Amino acid sequence: MSYIRKPNITYKGRAKNALGLSESSYEGTMSTLCAGCGHDSITAAMTRAFFELSIPPNRAVKISGIGCSSKTTAYFLSQSHGNNTVHGRMPSIATGAAAANGELHYVGVSGDGDTLSIGLGQFAHVIRRNLNMLYVIENNGVYGLTKGQFSASAAFGAKTKKGEVNPNPPIDPVKMGLALGASFIARSFSGDKNHLVPLIKAGLRHKGFALIDVISPCVTFNDHEDSAMSYKYAFAHMHTAADLIENKPEITADFPEGAVVPVTMHDGSDIYLKKTDPDYDPTDRARAFEYVMRHQEKGEIVTGLLYIDESRKDMHAANQTVAAPLNTFPYEQLCPGSAALADVQKRFR
Amino acid sequence: MSAAQGRLNDFVVKIATVNGTGSASANSLLLKAFFRMGIPVVGKNYFPSNIQGMPTWYEIRVTRDGYAARSGEVDIMVAMNAETYAQDIREIAPGGYLIYDSTWPRQQTLSRPDITVIGIPLAQMANDAFADARVRILMKNMAYVGALAALIDIDMNVIRALIEQMFAGKPKLIPANMQAIELGYNYAREHVACPLPLRVEAMDKTRGHIMIDGNTAAALGCVYAGATVGAWYPITPSTSLMDAFKSFCARMRTDKETGEKRYLIVQAEDELSSAGVVLGAGWAGARAFTTTSGPGISLMGELVGLAYYAEVPMVLFDIQRVGPSTGMPTRTQQSDIQICAYASHGDTRHVCLYPADPRECFDMAVAAFDLAERLQTPVFVVSDLDVGMNDWMVPDLTWDDSCRPDRGKVLSNADLEKITSFHRYLDVDGDGIPYRTLPGCHPKGVYFNRGAGHNKWGGRTELSDEYQDVMERLLVKWATAATLVPKPEVIAARSGAPWGILAVGSCDGACKEALHRLAEQGIHIDYMRVRAFPFSAEVEKFLADHERVFVVEQNRDAQMRGMLVNETSVEKAKLTSILHYNGMPMDHRQIVRTIEDAVAEEAAA
Ligand SMILES: Cc1ncc(C[n+]2csc(CCOP(=O)(O)OP(=O)(O)O)c2C)c(N)n1
Ligand code: SF4
Ligand SMILES: [Mg+2]
Repeated sequence: MSYIRKPNITYKGRAKNALGLSESSYEGTMSTLCAGCGHDSITAAMTRAFFELSIPPNRAVKISGIGCSSKTTAYFLSQSHGNNTVHGRMPSIATGAAAANGELHYVGVSGDGDTLSIGLGQFAHVIRRNLNMLYVIENNGVYGLTKGQFSASAAFGAKTKKGEVNPNPPIDPVKMGLALGASFIARSFSGDKNHLVPLIKAGLRHKGFALIDVISPCVTFNDHEDSAMSYKYAFAHMHTAADLIENKPEITADFPEGAVVPVTMHDGSDIYLKKTDPDYDPTDRARAFEYVMRHQEKGEIVTGLLYIDESRKDMHAANQTVAAPLNTFPYEQLCPGSAALADVQKRFR
Repeated sequence: MSAAQGRLNDFVVKIATVNGTGSASANSLLLKAFFRMGIPVVGKNYFPSNIQGMPTWYEIRVTRDGYAARSGEVDIMVAMNAETYAQDIREIAPGGYLIYDSTWPRQQTLSRPDITVIGIPLAQMANDAFADARVRILMKNMAYVGALAALIDIDMNVIRALIEQMFAGKPKLIPANMQAIELGYNYAREHVACPLPLRVEAMDKTRGHIMIDGNTAAALGCVYAGATVGAWYPITPSTSLMDAFKSFCARMRTDKETGEKRYLIVQAEDELSSAGVVLGAGWAGARAFTTTSGPGISLMGELVGLAYYAEVPMVLFDIQRVGPSTGMPTRTQQSDIQICAYASHGDTRHVCLYPADPRECFDMAVAAFDLAERLQTPVFVVSDLDVGMNDWMVPDLTWDDSCRPDRGKVLSNADLEKITSFHRYLDVDGDGIPYRTLPGCHPKGVYFNRGAGHNKWGGRTELSDEYQDVMERLLVKWATAATLVPKPEVIAARSGAPWGILAVGSCDGACKEALHRLAEQGIHIDYMRVRAFPFSAEVEKFLADHERVFVVEQNRDAQMRGMLVNETSVEKAKLTSILHYNGMPMDHRQIVRTIEDAVAEEAAA
């Protein structure tokens, strides 16, 4: 375990965000994960994204399941409420919390075991509800916390460190998200923070369910030669379909006409997508699916913002819930009173 | 003659039909007619786990003495289902009546000399009067209502008023329904000496009462308690609770102009998820609940444990049905008593409330939310199919408009401004209940909720002392819970009786009837109905004050007795079980018999 202390102090001259907070205000307690674990890099990206978006820490809520990955909610945003729940059930608890108060920023952190093995059902159904949350899978192809068994995302024929061969095909959360109607789907790599931070920020701004599958190597159990989830493999096989650019770029040789498309977010602001392939259209679900499939057949990991639909209603909008949070809604407007009770009982006589 | 006189407003009518034939409205019409004549009634629906084509029965007891249980006997059987004919005839008490559809010849082999057989050509009359096949089936049901009205003297004006009310939305249907009723009525009047010696006569014993099922009443309780989040997965016999909540909220909690809803119901993918939604919403400060039955409780275990240990309010309605496994989903039992009390791994114990009738379903639903938030823990309302799905006559539900929910120890932003630091699991007041904050609150109140080992400050721990410290404080909270939960109902017999009956939930009606019948024989027994777990001091006292206690419950394994042995200082040998678990609602007979035998044994010894 790494006990390298992350200093929680503000350095002079360090950047402040719009709230006047420095990035350290978005950090958490010290990580207890293995040195070099991909999950720690995602933690750092989370810290950065919340800082850059100037989200008041106490208006964010972190929810996770169980696993090394799920532990990381303690390692960022220590000034936010957090809830480290039970294995595979984070989506339902997030649903309840968001049902009670839809005004907060919900970020769920899960692992590939937590989401795709034990939690596959809840994962599918939280997508269907289009819960307004950011859902990050820290995907390493194994159960880290129980010492390296294959998870449901392990590649077909992948080998454990001990040489055991995985007999089953993997479940790809991106393809699942596409099939189930997720309204924001991205994939990234923990080794590329510059790629990941803008995706997290876009996911937080998305009104609805934002899924980011982050390949996050487990250095202790799944970073060896025969692994399809190692740093080496990921670096070599990343294929970016549509990169996120935060500010509108000038049209140059790097950014020719048509290669960059704006996407208008729910709040009216734009994000910009740089497409690698001019044919790629992140608003076309079927084509996104095919694109991911084709590249997977070549052993590539397709990354970037793969699909986005800002028009789908989230859970509260679909329900037509009142604007004010239900958890503090005035009781007087919830209780119909004695006269109404007497009236209701007429039909029971 | 005098025996029959003695049966005025005191007998049982049972109707045997096939499910999916629309007999439910005819049967509830009958039930309501008695009720409106001022006669106390008990209605029990015995339905199959099936949508169409299986046998179903509806049993109505008119009971001038106002008993709340079934009697266990049938005096008039309306046998509309050829498939169950033989069984139905066997069930009729000597001196009783069989009413059958004489459109088809009766099977002579089934004749019983000790009953009176009355044939009415119900199908024939319906077929002659109505053209449409579906209408004919429905009207055949109305025709038996009419025949019964003539035979047992039900007030036709009451029936007409009910029909008009029933079809207020579709007044075109009124004449046809009245016509069918009159067909049956007139035929009976012309062919049988009406009324029979078993008959009804108007009384004044239902004023100030309603006929309601427990699930509907509990749903109203949830509305009045201010519950805003409901999460569920459909399962008989709990489904009608969330259905009712939904329809009450659609009317009472929806903005007429904007359509905005002051509630949110999540029909989850399974019970793990519905428990998770309730836990998440409770953690975030909404009043949230789920409705389920035994199989759902089994699935919810892990999350209930998280809520217990992380101290999150949850309200869970368990409408018990017959187990184990799928069991008999449409039959009643009290076999989840222990799984609710001890749900989840590790040392866990949960607050349980045991409603005995729909009125208590309403009151306990309201109490459950207060207790869950006050104690920051899961609270189970352990009801059952008999209470939940049958219509019971209960006093009107009442509401005090000055009533405000007890939201428990939640620190507001203003509270947080004032304090120097907040620690989630600190027992500041000595009642074992810590303070909590809600996500989104003032930065000072932020904390990390976890099911992993934690110390009283709210930090993660693997230190033995720190872990144990919190576990012991939870016992202090448990002791506080025992002082807050509803107290048992106690009825002291005339003399300082040495024996007592202790019962739970829907055994109540059968027990009270047994007490009366035993008292008539000079056997006086005290009574206590446990209304909640943890057991309050009164339960301990009742057990201590009696030489022998008969524990009445509806399961095979004496679950309540087991808990009494476990959780109080009672000597095991003092407790005699009276167990009823065949899936039918309980009646007094087994209780009376067991106690008579015990008295006889005692006398012989
Ligand atoms: C109900 C239940 N079953 C099993 C476990 C044991 N367990 C803890 S973490 C884990 C797997 C975690 O894998 P993953 O979600 O991929 O997270 P990682 O550790 O790889 O980041 C398992 C099986 C548990 N905590 N709860
Ligand atoms: S076991 Fe793997 S996943 Fe867990 S902390 Fe270590 S490197 Fe990370
Ligand atoms: Mg993993």
